[in-house]
Amino acid sequence: MILKANWKYNLCWLILMVAGFYLMNTLILVGVINSFLENMMVTIGINIILAVGLNLVIGFAGQFSLGHAGFMAVGAYATAIIISKTPTAGAFYGSIIVGVIVAIVAALVVGIPTLRLRGDYLAIATMGAAEIIRIIINNLKITNGPSGMFNIPQFATWPVIYIMACVTTLIIVNFIHSRGGRAALAVREDEIAADSMGINVFKWKLAAFVLGAATAAVAGSMQASYLQTIAPSNFNIMESIAILIIVVLGGVGSITGSFVAAGILGVVDAALQSFGALRMVIYALVLILIMIFKPSGIMGATELSFKRLFNRKNKKQESGC
Amino acid sequence: MTTLFQQLINGLSLGSIYALLALGYTMVYGIIKLINFAHGDIYMLGAFWGYYTINYWHFNFIFALLSAMVVCAASGVIIEYFAYRPLRHAPRITALITAIGVSYFLENGMSYLYGADTRDFPQVIKQVNYSLWGVRVSNIQILILATACLLMILLQLIIKKTKMGRAMRAVSVDPDAAELVGININQTISFTFALGSSMAGAAGVLIGLYYNSIDPLMGMTPGIKAFVAAVVGGIGSVPGASLGGFLIGLLETAVQSVGLSAYKDAAVYLVLIIILLVLPSGIFGKNVKEKV
Repeated sequence: MILKANWKYNLCWLILMVAGFYLMNTLILVGVINSFLENMMVTIGINIILAVGLNLVIGFAGQFSLGHAGFMAVGAYATAIIISKTPTAGAFYGSIIVGVIVAIVAALVVGIPTLRLRGDYLAIATMGAAEIIRIIINNLKITNGPSGMFNIPQFATWPVIYIMACVTTLIIVNFIHSRGGRAALAVREDEIAADSMGINVFKWKLAAFVLGAATAAVAGSMQASYLQTIAPSNFNIMESIAILIIVVLGGVGSITGSFVAAGILGVVDAALQSFGALRMVIYALVLILIMIFKPSGIMGATELSFKRLFNRKNKKQESGC
Repeated sequence: MTTLFQQLINGLSLGSIYALLALGYTMVYGIIKLINFAHGDIYMLGAFWGYYTINYWHFNFIFALLSAMVVCAASGVIIEYFAYRPLRHAPRITALITAIGVSYFLENGMSYLYGADTRDFPQVIKQVNYSLWGVRVSNIQILILATACLLMILLQLIIKKTKMGRAMRAVSVDPDAAELVGININQTISFTFALGSSMAGAAGVLIGLYYNSIDPLMGMTPGIKAFVAAVVGGIGSVPGASLGGFLIGLLETAVQSVGLSAYKDAAVYLVLIIILLVLPSGIFGKNVKEKV
C-alpha cells in the first residue's frame, strides 16, 4: 500500500535523477561544463556518497563516528591495487565489491568492540581505529607506503560516479525507511527505551555503522580511480572531519541536507581556488559564521521532499476554493 | 638498564608536554563538554609568541614563557567569547564543528601571515648535558619537567583552594545549580579557557626549546594526542590528564626505542581503544550510572 501511496513522489525523484544525468551529459557535450567544472561535480558526487553514509551513522543511528576516512582508505586501496594489476572495467567493478567486503570486515572488527562506547568516547575510539588503518596502509609494501600509488587507470568517469551516488543514496534511504532504519532511529532517540521495546540495540547500531562503512569504501574506490593517485595522507583525521563538516553543515539527520551542503561546499571550494593561501582562512571563517548563525545546519532535520511540495499545493488549492 | 632509564627520561619530557596540553582539553571538556579542537593551535600560538619575543624583543626564557602564557590565555578567552559562547545551548556537534573551524582559522591564518615554512626556535638557554650513571640528561629536559610539574601543582592549587576553582568545579558538576547559587557561569568558563590556554602556551614555548623547530601546523598532531591522553586519563579529571599525558609520552618513546617508530601513533591509538574498552570512562573518570 505504501508503495502505491508514494509512487508519485518516487517517480518524481526518478525523473529528477535521470533529468540531472541528461542535463549534465548535454552540458558537457555542448561544452558549458569544462574539465574544471566536471572535476568539481565529481568531487561533489564523491562527497555526497561519503556524507550520506556518515549521516546514516551520526544522524539516524546517533553514533558519533570520526573514522569514516579509514573505511574510505580501505576501498580506495582495494581498487587501486586491483586495477593497477589488471586494468579492465570488470576488474574495476570487482574491486569495488572487494573494497566493500574488506570495509565491512573492518567495520565489524572496529564496531563490535567500540560501539558499546557512547558519544565522544566512541568518536575518539573510531578516530583511533581509522588512524590505525591508515598507519598500517602507510607501512605496507603492497600499498607502496607513504608515497602512495600513481597511474591508477581511470574507470570512474563522471557517469559512473553519478550513478554510484544515486545507488548508494537509494540504498541508504531505503534502509532508513525500513524496519531496521526505524529501529536505528529509536536507538538514536533513547537507547534504553528502544531496548525495553525489544529492539536489539547493538545489532542495529552495528548495521548502520557497517552500511556507512560500505558506502565510504565505494566513495574511496571512486576517488582512487578518478584522481588516479592516492596516498595514505589523503585519508587522515582531517578527511574524516571534512566529511563530518558536510554532514553537520547540511543538517544532522537530513539526507537532502547532505546533498545541499556537499554541493555548496564544492562550489565554494572551487570558487575560492583563485584566492590561494587565503582560501582556507575564508573557508574557516565561513564555517564558523554558518555554525553560529544556523546551529542546526542548512536544512536542520527536515528533508526537501516532493510530498510536502504537493501537499502544500493541494492545501493552497483547497483554501483558494 | 641505562637505555631503559634514558628512554624513561625522554618519555617523561615528552609526556609532560602532552600532560600540559591535556589539562586544557580536560578542563574545557569538564566544564562545557566541548572537544576544543583549537587547543593544539593555541599551543602553536604560544610557540610563535616565544619565537618572536625572543628573537626581536630579546626576552629571556622566563619572560618569554610568562608572556606566552598571558597572550595564550587572552586568545583563549577571545576565542571562547566569539566562537563558543553564542553556541552554549546549541547541539554539541555544532560547537565541535565551530572548534574545528577556529582551528583551521588559526592554522591557515598563521600560514598566510607568516608563511608555512618551519623555523628554528632560538636557543635562549644553552643546552648542557649531564651524565648521571651513564644516563644523559639535558638541562632543557629537566627544565621542561620542572616547569610542567610546577604548573600542574599550581593548577591543582587553583582548582582546589581558590574561590574561582570551586566555582569551576561547581559549574562542571551542574551549570544550572551553580547559576542558582550565584556563580557567574560566563566568567567561570572564560577563566577555565584562560587557565587551559595558558598551559598550552607554556607547552608551546617549552616544545620550541626542546625540538628546536616550529611551524603553523605543529599543533595538529600533538593536539589530537593530548586529547587522547585526556580521554585515557578520564576526561574531566585533572590528575587523570596529567597521568594520561605522561603515559602517552612514555608509550610513544617506548615503541620508538624498540624500533617500531613507524607504528608509534598506531600504538597510542590501540592503547586508547583497549583502555576505553576496559574502563569506558578512562582511568580516573567517574562512571556515571544511567537512570531511566
